[in-house]
Amino acid sequence: MSLLRVEGLSKAFGGFEAVRDVSFTLEAGERLAIIGPNGAGKSTCFNMIGGQLRPDRGRVLLNGEEITGLPPRAVWRKGVGRTFQIAAAFGSMTVVENVQMALLSHHGRARALFPLARALYREEAMALLERVGIRDQAERFCSVLAYGDIKRVELAVALAHGPRLLLMDEPTAGMAPAERHALMRLVSAIVAERGIAVLFTEHDMDVVFAYADRILVINRGRLIAEGPPERVRADREVQAIYLGSSVEAPA
Amino acid sequence: MDPGFLFVQFLNGLATASFLFMASAGLTIVFGVTRIVNFAHGSFYMLGAYIAYTLAGVFMEVAYGAVSFWGAIFLAAAIVGLLGVLLELVVLRRIYDAPELFQLLATFAVVLIVQDLVRMTWGGEDLLGPRAPGLKSFVVVLDRRFPEYELAMIFAGPLVLGALWLLFHRTRFGVLVRAATLDREMVGALGVNQALLFTGVLFLGAFLAGLAGALQLPREPANPYMDVNIIVEAFVVTVIGGMGSVTGAFLAALLIGELQAFGILIFPKITLVLAFLVMAAVLIVRPYGLLGRPQAESHAAARAGAGLAAGTPLQRSLWMGLLAFLLLLPLFADEYSLKLAIELLIFGLFAFSLNFIMGWGGIVSFGHAAYFGLGAYGAALLVHHLAWPMEAAILSAPLVAGVAALVFGALCVRLSGVYLAMLTLAFAQIVYAIAFQWVELTGGDNGLIGIWPSSWASSRTVYYYLTLAVTLAGIGLLWRFLYAPFGYSSRAVRDSAIRADAIGIDPRYQRWLAFTVSGIAAGLGGGLYVFSKGNIDPEVLAIPTSVDALTMVLLGGVETVTGPLAGAALLTLLKDFVMPLTLYWKMVMGGLILAMVLAFPKGLVGILGDRLPGLQAAPTGRERPA
Repeated sequence: MSLLRVEGLSKAFGGFEAVRDVSFTLEAGERLAIIGPNGAGKSTCFNMIGGQLRPDRGRVLLNGEEITGLPPRAVWRKGVGRTFQIAAAFGSMTVVENVQMALLSHHGRARALFPLARALYREEAMALLERVGIRDQAERFCSVLAYGDIKRVELAVALAHGPRLLLMDEPTAGMAPAERHALMRLVSAIVAERGIAVLFTEHDMDVVFAYADRILVINRGRLIAEGPPERVRADREVQAIYLGSSVEAPA
Repeated sequence: MDPGFLFVQFLNGLATASFLFMASAGLTIVFGVTRIVNFAHGSFYMLGAYIAYTLAGVFMEVAYGAVSFWGAIFLAAAIVGLLGVLLELVVLRRIYDAPELFQLLATFAVVLIVQDLVRMTWGGEDLLGPRAPGLKSFVVVLDRRFPEYELAMIFAGPLVLGALWLLFHRTRFGVLVRAATLDREMVGALGVNQALLFTGVLFLGAFLAGLAGALQLPREPANPYMDVNIIVEAFVVTVIGGMGSVTGAFLAALLIGELQAFGILIFPKITLVLAFLVMAAVLIVRPYGLLGRPQAESHAAARAGAGLAAGTPLQRSLWMGLLAFLLLLPLFADEYSLKLAIELLIFGLFAFSLNFIMGWGGIVSFGHAAYFGLGAYGAALLVHHLAWPMEAAILSAPLVAGVAALVFGALCVRLSGVYLAMLTLAFAQIVYAIAFQWVELTGGDNGLIGIWPSSWASSRTVYYYLTLAVTLAGIGLLWRFLYAPFGYSSRAVRDSAIRADAIGIDPRYQRWLAFTVSGIAAGLGGGLYVFSKGNIDPEVLAIPTSVDALTMVLLGGVETVTGPLAGAALLTLLKDFVMPLTLYWKMVMGGLILAMVLAFPKGLVGILGDRLPGLQAAPTGRERPA
């Protein structure tokens, strides 16, 4: 059974079909990239899987269990952790508190009234920060971090409940090339050591071809190509989109 | 009921609707462009009436006739329009990027200042204006008489709507106004002179308010209460119609106008409540009103809110010192000082409870008086009608307020920003209206008297210690909750609801719980308050009580833990010392709020914290980037 199975996912905004009939599967241990020009429907796809958007049609199954249309918190509870295209962290909390918040929620203590939050699950949070390489930033406020570091905080937060699936919407956007590769190496290592899967969108083709096991290409809401990097690279239609012979500008 | 009567009632509804629309159109236009809910809109309306009164007196003395009358009306509206320009230049321009709370309070401060200015200029008496020449008589409709002026006013509303439509669709200014209503930042990015646009919009908004006020003059006298009365109604109309939508305001005005005309036949006692119930119902079905749409997301990065830090040793010794002072106070304080200290403690709890959701949860409640007042009324009613003892009544106060917060909160937390602020205000006004109008239960305007403590607590000193113990327990619990996971969850939702949701925290549920906890604490304060006073009347539920609490939080500092306590102390003492010295307390209070918003937005504790790092309990999350 596939870890993630998406069947016929569709979403329209008004008359505009953002995503149309997209189906794919994702296996444990796999790194799957979704690429496509701006406005192709990547983020919409992501948000339907993560629960931020409710699909018009289609199903999302996690380990065979249907999670279609569940709110984000329920999807999270089923074992999906995610990061956002525009990094979202709790700006008034320190880096370690951000991770502690996720741990508190995971342990069902996010609404406890009396214990001091600062002291709870601190070691666990520090271990996660160590793993993503920003332990030295633990006591800084998220509102003052460099963007690349916030992306790492998000990763640590997304990993806190031991997810089976990571959703990463443009994990390296806004980073310098060297930083991008460092982050993707880290993600690959975590995926391998935990035996989990990652689904990510990415604009940087170097990153995509270096780190994806398999690639989905979406254009105008439809899945137009799928396969390992070599095959996608050789695909005529994909080349047309990315080399600019189609009406759409390359991303 | 005969058809003639019903038809006249229908016409009355149309006339009311026309007025409501004219009074609301400017409010909704100004909100659409500036994103500021302008409380001072009611002041413009009132000024329109007073200025028209004076001008009409002069003009019609010189030459009696329609030209003098209508000249006075339109000149008054134009003068008010210029006052709108003044407001934009002096106040609004400085707060476009400030948090909603600051905008609401700043424009409310203007309301207070204008109230006293009007009282200085025209006195506190009702001033009956002249009637419109040529429209003094009646027309006969289905055997019923209907005033000509009212008939003319029925057409005035659609006329204004038509004029606005032309302005918005046929002029460059109008197109820019519509564009800015959709996306203000984009209009700025396209190189439009925003300052000029905003000033123009304020002229238009104030002109319309002034016109509505001036036109009201032949119907009812200019009086010093018309500003708050109309602003509350205009809010309802604007919110129901969808803030920023002129057509929506027109539809909503029709709805409310007819509702009032016929509602008064069916439910003569709850007309006040009826409008708010409709508003609440509309917002539940359509959170942005009939024709409103969600505001364009701000393109700017989110503002970072305040964070929390552990207490420093210096702070701990300061707190111990303060506690010792409070414990020993009755040894050297006289009766009066103790009474003041009791009030100060109670308002400290009240303000702290407000900031529990506002500063730390991002929920701007503009109707927190509801929960304080319900606690007070709950206790008073139990004593008055059921002869409960003080102890049981005080314990019930937070329950009464908590149940109300649970119910109102469930609806309020579905919304955010100004819509939430307006809905909390609406609920507070509903409660106020009930306390005011249900005379058999609440004693109406006179309230309930003789609500005294049990005999053991009847001495001022004992009641002081009781208040000290209860308020400190309440504040201490809330304080602890802030540092516990519960408070962190509230703050997480405030900082980034989408992130909170993606780690299993239901944003709406968390906001609801925090709202309820805050209501419980406010109700506890209200319970203590009623026994300290011995009586209660609807004023405790009115807007000024909510504004007092907001001002306390603002004075002390929104982004601090201890700020609300310092602010409560400061405002209570200030009221005590300054109020007896001046006839114009409102102006002092308004000036104070404006000064805080414009010059010291961090509040007292925030400023101290910046100067003396060791003293600050709450460093902000805005440490300078390394």
